[in-house]
Amino acid sequence: MLDKRMSVEEIVGQLSDGMTIGIGGWATRRKPMALVRAIARSDLKDLTVVAYGGPDVGLLAAAGKIRKLVFAFVSLDHILIEPHFRAARQAGLPVWELDEGMVHWGLRAAAMRMPFLPTRIGNGTQVSEGLKTVTSPYEDGEEFYAMPAIKLDAALLHVHRSDQQGNTLTLSPDPLFDEIMGRAADKVYVTAEKVVPTADLNMAANTRYNLWERNVITGVAEAPFGAHPTSAAPDYELDLGHLKTYVEGAASPEAWAAYRAAYLDVDDAQYLAAVGGPAHIAALNPPTY
Amino acid sequence: MSYSLAELIIVACAQTWRDVGEVAAFGAGPLPRLGASLAKATFAPQLMLTDGECLYATEPVAPGTRVEPGNVEGWSPYDRTFLTVWGGKRVAMVGPTQLDRFGQTNISAIGDHERPKTALVGARGFPGNSIHHPNSFFIPTHNTRAFVAGEVDYVCMAGYNPARWLGGKTPIGLDLGLIVTNLAVMDFGGPDHAIRVVSLHPGVTFEEVQANTGFELHREGEIPTTPAPTAEELAVIDRLDAKGARRKALKDDPPGDRR
Repeated sequence: MLDKRMSVEEIVGQLSDGMTIGIGGWATRRKPMALVRAIARSDLKDLTVVAYGGPDVGLLAAAGKIRKLVFAFVSLDHILIEPHFRAARQAGLPVWELDEGMVHWGLRAAAMRMPFLPTRIGNGTQVSEGLKTVTSPYEDGEEFYAMPAIKLDAALLHVHRSDQQGNTLTLSPDPLFDEIMGRAADKVYVTAEKVVPTADLNMAANTRYNLWERNVITGVAEAPFGAHPTSAAPDYELDLGHLKTYVEGAASPEAWAAYRAAYLDVDDAQYLAAVGGPAHIAALNPPTY
Repeated sequence: MSYSLAELIIVACAQTWRDVGEVAAFGAGPLPRLGASLAKATFAPQLMLTDGECLYATEPVAPGTRVEPGNVEGWSPYDRTFLTVWGGKRVAMVGPTQLDRFGQTNISAIGDHERPKTALVGARGFPGNSIHHPNSFFIPTHNTRAFVAGEVDYVCMAGYNPARWLGGKTPIGLDLGLIVTNLAVMDFGGPDHAIRVVSLHPGVTFEEVQANTGFELHREGEIPTTPAPTAEELAVIDRLDAKGARRKALKDDPPGDRR
């Protein structure tokens, strides 16, 4: 039987400088943070990062890993502004700013191996700057923007369950855009809360939580609490308390050095202990809006 | 009867969803959200409201609370939200950082886009929303930093500015409604969609609103006073906002009638 299991560090070892990497999840939901932290610790550099951004983008920006950011927003949701993102933007980090739907459309074009998909989005705004247009060949003759494909060298996604072959379950209330991001990428690496025997996926009852076929998936690493401090509901919720610690860690170079020493330059077991341990994470209450 | 400025604003925001049909209603931030809730609870029971994440709720969910399982009536994951937007089946009220005389808005960056003086959250879904469904605005601090002269620093939403329209044609779904602030209610009802003062909050003059706006406002005759909330509306708002989010939405929770 196929076995795609590897460690988080082995996934990082399959990435290379200058790659275009999509990071799944959304802002504070289901970000592959164990993998993001491992990249931040690695020698990788000059990455183009595509994300519905949250602390994933912030950490990688703070660690100096991003050459260019493709984004529609970067936010900690309950805390509107991502402090490392703000600092990086204000220091001139190169960006390609898009509408959220344009990001989706660019990924979909890549997934369909199309050079572009037509869209009305961008009309009247500055996110369309630099885009070419196409004209409908039908009677309407309408002019559209041609949203170019956003082809990814690799996608990094977090799931709840996987077997060793890459059959996965994403149990969240909202699957977000992970499916389209995975299909837009040459290589797809998932971290899973638990890697289990195929039978334990209970796939016959859980098909609605299966976002892709296993041939989409390149590698699977087990990473319990691997989305923390973002949520991986229903397994565990957003850690707003840690997000506040994270924001305080952006207040000055000294604060960042202290955050980095406590939460980044440590192994996964040390990280889990530092943020309060598995029992703390498992007991987090869901956020309100 | 006394009422707060937040309550006056909630009632004004609710008008965003008058005569809009069976659509998803999105109000960004506590006061527009409570405006949508008030609209649904009073004159627009057909509106569809979410819990703030991805579930539609039959009864509006109070800010700061979680939807009860028995109150869930539908699902609204992000992927579907785009189709709702692109299908035009949504009416939103959002809170931009800057707005100009065309109704173009900015939530991306203050200053130069490549190296901003202040980086904001990013354009989010604003560009797509602006050309697919009706949009209104809530701006809590009416001043010339928010209502800018010239154009906004980075145009995130299309406005009534033909110079930026593809082929010079009006974008199909462009439909800007109200602008509610701490001073007044405005709309785009002036000549060529110029921004017009619809009503002044109690004790506010047109001159004060104009002095705090970076472009010329359209004025027609005698401008009415923004209607005070009725006793019934205040009671409904109190029920819809069980946690009192409206009392923390504006600095010092000022009274609605400043006189």
